[in-house]
Amino acid sequence: MTFEQGVFYSLAGITVFSAVMMLLQRNPVNSALFLILNFFCLGGLYLTLNAQFIALVHIIVYAGAIMVLFLFVIMLLNLGDDKRLAEHLGLRMYLGIAFSVGLMIELLYIFGFNTPSSYTQLSPASVEMGTVEYVGKVLFTKFLFPFEITSFLLLAAIIGAVLLAKKKLVQ
Amino acid sequence: MIPLSHYLLLSAFLFSCGVLGVVVRRNAIIVFMCIEMMLNAVNLSLVAFGQFLGDATGQMLVFFVMVVAAAEAAVGLAIIISLFRNKQTVNIDEINILKW
Repeated sequence: MTFEQGVFYSLAGITVFSAVMMLLQRNPVNSALFLILNFFCLGGLYLTLNAQFIALVHIIVYAGAIMVLFLFVIMLLNLGDDKRLAEHLGLRMYLGIAFSVGLMIELLYIFGFNTPSSYTQLSPASVEMGTVEYVGKVLFTKFLFPFEITSFLLLAAIIGAVLLAKKKLVQ
Repeated sequence: MIPLSHYLLLSAFLFSCGVLGVVVRRNAIIVFMCIEMMLNAVNLSLVAFGQFLGDATGQMLVFFVMVVAAAEAAVGLAIIISLFRNKQTVNIDEINILKW
């Protein structure tokens, strides 16, 4: 096993482990911490794909910003006591589990057996493509219009978040 | 070298974990985290496809997905705070009136 394979399989193992643990935790704070571990491993996986810029942005945005927001809300709402959130396994739960496991088997079958076997290594251009220079060049030429549109999306999100969280509704 | 299918298999597994969480868990915040995980699974397969096929569009899509995820997290958490203020719960089974 080469160094590359070792890195990939250990990162993939931790990713799978943290995803499963996140689902099994009762306390939302533990779930959030496992999700942060998951995000760091995904950042590492992006690095194995030579996508340096995406890896860094992923860690900054997800582990740095989004998960801090999540933890902040969990602590703000004081959700430590899980007695009020008794999760019982009813018929609907079993149906849900059956549905999701069916979807998982289906997806794994499709991706496992129907991917062309010729894609065994990264494209030679991938080293250059992952750099900030290349991403910036493409982003500000070919994708300039969508990039500008995202500013409207973010503005709408800021205004919406402030309005929703501030509004005093019916007591 | 690691073949493309291994990245896709990992991505498929993460996506279905997210689906399982959304369907089974009852805590709105954990449901929300599972949605983030599903977005991440799709991001992983986009980057993998892009880097294996030598096309930068995959990375661009991931960039925009991240923007949408950030906006979604901010608005969604604001909605959860607002719900909690009204009903004193984040159990999605108890949040069942769509009229306020």
